Amino acid sequence: MSSKAKKKLTLTQQEYQEFAKAREPQRSVVFNCVKAFLVGGSICLLGQLISQFYMTFFDFNERTASNPTVATLIFIAVLMTGFGVYDHLGQWAGAGSAVPVTGFANSIASAAIEHRSEGYVLGVGGNMFKLAGSVIVFGVVAAFVVALVKSIIIQLGGF
Amino acid sequence: MLRGHQSWEFANKPVILSTGVVGGPFEARGPLANDFDILHGDKWLGQDSFEKAEKKLLEQACEKAIEKAGLNKEDIQFFLAGDLMNQIITSSFAARTLGSPYLGLFGACSTSMEGLALGSMIINSMGANYIICGTASHNSSAEKQFRYPTEYGGQKPPTAQWTVTGAGVALLGKEGSGPRVTAATIGRVVDMGISDPFNMGAAMAPAAVDTLQAHFRDFERSPTDYDLIATGDLGKIGYQITKDLLAKHGIQMGDQYVDCGMLIYSEDQPVIAGASGAACSATVTYGHILNRMQRGELNKVLIVATGALLSPLSFQQKESIPCIAHGVVIENIPS
Repeated sequence: MSSKAKKKLTLTQQEYQEFAKAREPQRSVVFNCVKAFLVGGSICLLGQLISQFYMTFFDFNERTASNPTVATLIFIAVLMTGFGVYDHLGQWAGAGSAVPVTGFANSIASAAIEHRSEGYVLGVGGNMFKLAGSVIVFGVVAAFVVALVKSIIIQLGGF
Repeated sequence: MLRGHQSWEFANKPVILSTGVVGGPFEARGPLANDFDILHGDKWLGQDSFEKAEKKLLEQACEKAIEKAGLNKEDIQFFLAGDLMNQIITSSFAARTLGSPYLGLFGACSTSMEGLALGSMIINSMGANYIICGTASHNSSAEKQFRYPTEYGGQKPPTAQWTVTGAGVALLGKEGSGPRVTAATIGRVVDMGISDPFNMGAAMAPAAVDTLQAHFRDFERSPTDYDLIATGDLGKIGYQITKDLLAKHGIQMGDQYVDCGMLIYSEDQPVIAGASGAACSATVTYGHILNRMQRGELNKVLIVATGALLSPLSFQQKESIPCIAHGVVIENIPS
């Protein structure tokens, strides 16, 4: 816990939090990283294989093959979410299954399935981006800032 | 009557005439499966939403309890229930079906014992002949409301717990055969500054400790006076903290101290730190523990149901989690 958050707590509360902390199992960072690396890597490898498949059997080149590849990966992830498998994979793999595009697809599909009972407009439509929305918002903001920095550097006669 | 600072002693000793305990598919795979009256293989219970499934669980538990006691719906004077859903819709909608006069409660996962204590108080003071008190929770509806969508692949930390899908109710009466409610201790809200909703055990443990200490003080009793002391849903981590914290305060909890959240599922079920949810203490107490009392294996038990009084809004606003615990004493009294 940050020292700022700690300041708000009374002495008894601070003492208790240390007492409790000593009895909580810690997340195994190294093991989690290894699992995330393996699963995340496997998803990327699968993506590479799909990409090769499109280049070999269809009229795609390295650049244009990315679109059908991403679509295929999203399709697989959504299917796995629907069958209730992806959340089990996520519990084991952590960031490994959350960071690739499949994790993004899972966050949208799971929210859509969950809120189906509230109808298509307020339920599915309104809640689909409940988790993914912040990724899109901050992704766009970050892209804008990076583009701004790049433009300023070019204007100043840089690279 | 009032005893000490925050406890009640029930001179007329209300009787638990019958109970209704319903569970879902995950509970059916656990070691206490035989203690449920009804187990469902389908987590939807044939309904089209998890919220409706949760309501159905509570309705079935009430029906079962009334049937087992050989009574009719019309005999029930009051229905005391609560749950975890926003505006306690599960209980209110089940009360609509039941048709009895109804008091809605909210004590999060401590609702089971809050209801039993209040119900006993009403019976004790001749306010009713028959009362049903109980609670329900559903894993998927709780996940949906408090955490992430059920199919979302986010990783849960080792302190996370699994919400029980089930409902447990008790039918209380003035006279009859069955275990009797003899005392209750009402808890205070305790907040030790824990704000992680994936660490309920550590958040609720101090509330359990506070109520247990108050109970032992008010009745001048010690843990050895009971055959079994069960906390509601602290899980492995909260259980250990409670035990160590009480030891620090000079109260040694022996082997008779258990946690309902550690009993309901087996080791190989992926529940991480244990079970939680309003139905956790309700199903284990009204099923497993009362069955053991009826078999004569236990004669005097203390159930301390723990609840985390947070809302999805409060933890997003970085508020810490206030917690509460209510204790009720159930005894076999030879007539």
